[in-house]
Amino acid sequence: MIEIKNLDFGYKNQPVFKNISLNFEKGNIYGLLGENGVGKTTLLKLISGLQKPTAGECLVDEVAPFKRLPETLQKIFFISEDFAIPEGTPINNLKELAPFYPNCNETQFMELCKEMEVDPTRKFSELSFGQQKKCLIATALALNTDYLLLDEPTNGLDIPSKTLFRQVIAKHANENRTIIISTHQVKDVENLIDPIIILDHDEVLLKATFRTITDKLYFDYGTEKDDTALYSEMIPGGYVNVTRNPEGVDSKVSVEILFNTVMKNKETIKQIFG
Amino acid sequence: MEFNAHKPIYLQICDQLYGQILSGELKADDRILSVREYGIQLGVNPNTIMRSYETMTASGIIYNKRGIGYFISAEAKDLVLKQMKEEFINEELPQVVKKMKLLGITNEEFLKFADQTL
Repeated sequence: MIEIKNLDFGYKNQPVFKNISLNFEKGNIYGLLGENGVGKTTLLKLISGLQKPTAGECLVDEVAPFKRLPETLQKIFFISEDFAIPEGTPINNLKELAPFYPNCNETQFMELCKEMEVDPTRKFSELSFGQQKKCLIATALALNTDYLLLDEPTNGLDIPSKTLFRQVIAKHANENRTIIISTHQVKDVENLIDPIIILDHDEVLLKATFRTITDKLYFDYGTEKDDTALYSEMIPGGYVNVTRNPEGVDSKVSVEILFNTVMKNKETIKQIFG
Repeated sequence: MEFNAHKPIYLQICDQLYGQILSGELKADDRILSVREYGIQLGVNPNTIMRSYETMTASGIIYNKRGIGYFISAEAKDLVLKQMKEEFINEELPQVVKKMKLLGITNEEFLKFADQTL
């Protein structure tokens, strides 16, 4: 489990988090959302031990990752959005990482590369950005870490690769793994992520499963704007109106519209989900 | 599988199976994909597939054999027919009637068109 308790963090003169508390439980594929600059990447860096909290705690299985103990770091893998391109080939890169990750599985890596349609024996420098990214995703999954942190994983992937990405993540998710996907490209992962976390600088605005979201909010796709709605947005053919859901009517969550609803109604949302 | 814009995904997954039950592709006591397998195929969160399976189990359309998997029940086809008919009458038909009124289509005209389509 990842536990973040009353965490403060900032870069030089630039505060990022103030008193954030948040847990990530095993077996979930979390979608981490938030406006630009809210600190999604920073949060992943804190979890992976690349940054140290200014105050409060960030614990991975009860140990602070910033202590950078091998026992902790071997459980975590982070693909950052602006990853450094490794030297040599993806397969050699995996072999270099293997000693640090006890559950690394080379056979699985080769299978993943085949599924993702990339050649792991070609130099990283000869691969396109999308192919490099797919190789890194294959690497990340084949290392079989308990915690997998992915920052904008679908950026740069072509359309078929996005489908493949969803399939390999669904395949490699299991009850012992915690996967956190930070993204703005919610449409790419809309049906994959659950629960959804919406982050702000000084608070977590929402952390809820799809089931809870549809229990509490109703997404009405109609022809008219509802002025009493928490949020309305024009879509081709009409409006989506997001209202409270006292009668518990089922509806389909649009994550983009949920996000806009939350940003426009921070206090109300906290109250509804509190 | 292309998801419809406005219906909860878990219900759309149920609908897909209902279609296969009605067409006879899935028969009584056939094993269906596991939650995991289905999730991989669609690239959908296992929680969502689980919710579809729970819904269908609750309505008696599928049943669970512990440790083996989910199977189509003997009554599945009848139940699906009944359920889909109700859904048509309660949800789709009112939309059709509303549109008929809007376009000024009379019942007689409607029946004539329906006959032609069939």
